[in-house]
Amino acid sequence: MSAIWPLLRRPRIAFGVFVAVALVIMALAAPIIAPHDPLAQDLRNPFAVPYWSGGSVDHLLGTDSLGRDLLSRTIYAARAALAVAFVAALFAGLLGTALGLAAGYYGGAADAAISRLVDIWMSFPSVLLCIVLAAVLGAGLHTVAIAIIIIDWTRFCRVVRAEVLVQKSQDYVASAITIGLDPARILVKEILPNVIPLLITLFTLEMGVAIVVEAILSFVGLSSSNVPTWGGIIQEGRLYVNQAWWVMAVPMICIILAVLGFNALGDGLRDALDPVKRT
Amino acid sequence: MSAKYIFGRLLWALPTLFGVAIVVFLLMRVVPGDPIAMMLPPGATAADVERLRGLYGLNESLPRQFVSWLGGLLRGDFGNSISLRTGVGTLVLSRLPATLELVIFAVLVACTLATGAAVASVYYRGRWPELWVDALTGLTQAIPDFLWGLLFILVLGVLLPVLPISGRLDPAYAFDPYTGFYLIEALLTGKFTVLGDLLRHILLPALALALPLAATLTRVLKGSLLDAMNQDYVTLAQVKGYPRARILWRVALRNALVPTVTLTGVQFSFLIGGTVLIEHIFSYPGIGNLAIAAVIQRDLPLIQGLVLTFALLFILTNLVVDMSYSLLNPKVLHE
Amino acid sequence: MSTLLEIERLRLRLETQPPAWLLRDVDLKVGAGQTVGLVGESGAGKTMISRTVLGFVPERGHIVSGRITFDGRDITYLPPTQRRHLLGRDIAYIPQNPMTALNPVERIEPQITDVLRMHLGLDKRTARTRALQLLDEVHLPNPDRVLRQHPHELSGGMRQRVLIAIAFACRPKLVIADEPTTALDVTVQKQILRLIRELQRQSDTAILFISHDMGVVAKLCDQVHVMHGGRILESSSADDLFARPRHDYTKALLAATPRFDRPGDSLQPVPAELTNRLHAETLSWDRSAG
Repeated sequence: MSAIWPLLRRPRIAFGVFVAVALVIMALAAPIIAPHDPLAQDLRNPFAVPYWSGGSVDHLLGTDSLGRDLLSRTIYAARAALAVAFVAALFAGLLGTALGLAAGYYGGAADAAISRLVDIWMSFPSVLLCIVLAAVLGAGLHTVAIAIIIIDWTRFCRVVRAEVLVQKSQDYVASAITIGLDPARILVKEILPNVIPLLITLFTLEMGVAIVVEAILSFVGLSSSNVPTWGGIIQEGRLYVNQAWWVMAVPMICIILAVLGFNALGDGLRDALDPVKRT
Repeated sequence: MSAKYIFGRLLWALPTLFGVAIVVFLLMRVVPGDPIAMMLPPGATAADVERLRGLYGLNESLPRQFVSWLGGLLRGDFGNSISLRTGVGTLVLSRLPATLELVIFAVLVACTLATGAAVASVYYRGRWPELWVDALTGLTQAIPDFLWGLLFILVLGVLLPVLPISGRLDPAYAFDPYTGFYLIEALLTGKFTVLGDLLRHILLPALALALPLAATLTRVLKGSLLDAMNQDYVTLAQVKGYPRARILWRVALRNALVPTVTLTGVQFSFLIGGTVLIEHIFSYPGIGNLAIAAVIQRDLPLIQGLVLTFALLFILTNLVVDMSYSLLNPKVLHE
Repeated sequence: MSTLLEIERLRLRLETQPPAWLLRDVDLKVGAGQTVGLVGESGAGKTMISRTVLGFVPERGHIVSGRITFDGRDITYLPPTQRRHLLGRDIAYIPQNPMTALNPVERIEPQITDVLRMHLGLDKRTARTRALQLLDEVHLPNPDRVLRQHPHELSGGMRQRVLIAIAFACRPKLVIADEPTTALDVTVQKQILRLIRELQRQSDTAILFISHDMGVVAKLCDQVHVMHGGRILESSSADDLFARPRHDYTKALLAATPRFDRPGDSLQPVPAELTNRLHAETLSWDRSAG
């Protein structure tokens, strides 16, 4: 635990951790923090102006076209964003890491097949994949998560494969092989721990990417319409942007902060954990 | 660079397109939930569904369906859009020019911005222009085109309403073009007020598309420029008495373009992917916007046609990138 | 004979931590039309002198004291805009590696004509005619075709001829040749040296010839300076230097050079004792310079 504190002195990591913690609190404690039910409509009070332009304290950020409280919706939307991003980044990471470890460690035909697949996958524009997937799976949070996993596993696969190749060429693996350790055991016991810092970095960066993809897919209406999402609120706000620009602005600020936060955290961790730069 | 080379490359694209066609075809056949049932009004009978399935040829075996679909494609028949009840080919062709104009304009904007920024940051090495360029490229790369589009709408469309945020042309203008290439046509026929309005409409979506590409280009080009500036031929140019600016523009830049195009080629096709969202955000009437509508309506024939069109665009983009690479590099040119 | 280039007590220091001296009180004179050789092992500071004369002081390098005069004009701290008018016209340069010195994406024609147009104000057609003539002077067959070619289509020797044509294009007063034959085959080396001498006689250009090869310098130069550790150890006429070398280091260098007239001699490396002594001298110079 004591190893974590020096990391927090790095400004980028501190900023990233601050954003991440704020998001997690927003998501977990939404029912406590949010002043209203995010789905409760009040058709007599649409487009209430935010407090700073003379609105009431009751709706600090005003209301949307159906009179729903914007602040509460934004807070609740952090739940969808974080849940989808976390699940998607986790499974994309697992899938990509498994394939990357296999390709890097076993080499030969396995490596050739997996590397070729990654090349084809990455040359295929992700937007098209998204469209096809969304058409196949239909709208919903699960669609968003699956789309992200299917698109982004390659990011992990490529980097992990390259790192395994580096680790494999190092002495400790060679000596593990000479004393007759089982290859799978070496993979898990010796190589994986050395790849973990890299995986933490990639996972953090992927969270930022996934939050954006979640926002995009919910913006175009491919996410669930039953729960508030930042993309969904933006989509609404875009329609009424001339009457109530802040509806669109509030979730946008959240997304931009989240993206910059996770990016800063990922970059900061990469610098801090990279064994080459550290020594 | 010969016609033979280009033809050979196009021939190579055919298997890729065929592969995409198979994938698209199969995926559309495993869709859960019957798209036919969704087309019909509530209360339609099973017999109605069956009749419509027959109409779209969905009752035959998969290989037969594929062969007849492919045969249709080769004759230029992409089927009919379920939601818009028009031929897919006609729909796509009517929307394609708008997207092409947007893409080309965005690429031009990206290249101009990137060249200017990279050259300026190398020229003013270690001084404030370089620091600004570095900071801005970092920020621009972190924020995706989707958010740039929304930011532009908010800031330049609403808070400081200087530019229009939706559509391609203000309907108040009487403009009755022969082709879908409005910009080019307005330019060629000398309708400059219309041209001005078209440019005002295309500027924000193009900028949103261009910024992330411009950031990547700037970073790579700056690196290549710095690399080129350390080469012997730059020393020779200095010894010949070239002014510094001329060395950068005439000697280093030409040489730096070769590695830059190689390293960023694939980014240009990503820009085409970006049109899907950006067109949707700016209600710009291109094929990207159409694609989102098609997905939301689950209009399978239209989705198939659009995915194939996009695949073709990607292949063509890669071809153009390859060609520009060999044009820039005399060694490849002579082989 | 008037003095064309004069370097007086030039001190160049790299402002690192700790600072490092690159040139230590260098004195050097090149008379008009003269060929002056600068010899020494790699790292002796030969190239540093040529780069300083051309105005390319390395990053964080700093001329602490001393003076460079060219054609009666102090050019030690000449601003870049003024230096540009000198370079390519009055002072030209033949680089070491012809394989990398030409712009790979440009045809040969603009690479020769640009100096003519920039410095002599020739129009495109006249410049082309002059370029053809120059290629002829450096004995390149088929000049018309060479002008249309890209560098990668030419051999190393041909490229060096093009570079020599570029250097002599504006009939400069001084050509700095930085090991112009090191990267070439032995047979091509001789042709290139002969060519440089031939052009020099025709145009009465002075040459500062940098080399690590005593044999080459002996054949080409009037005056020779021997360098080590950023210092000039010995300066004398070429004949004197080879007949009566004064400095031990010069003797050691000569012993390390194959002699065609005495093929039986075994080659001697520079003795370690001498290297140590020279190193001690540099250190004491550094201490006195502060």
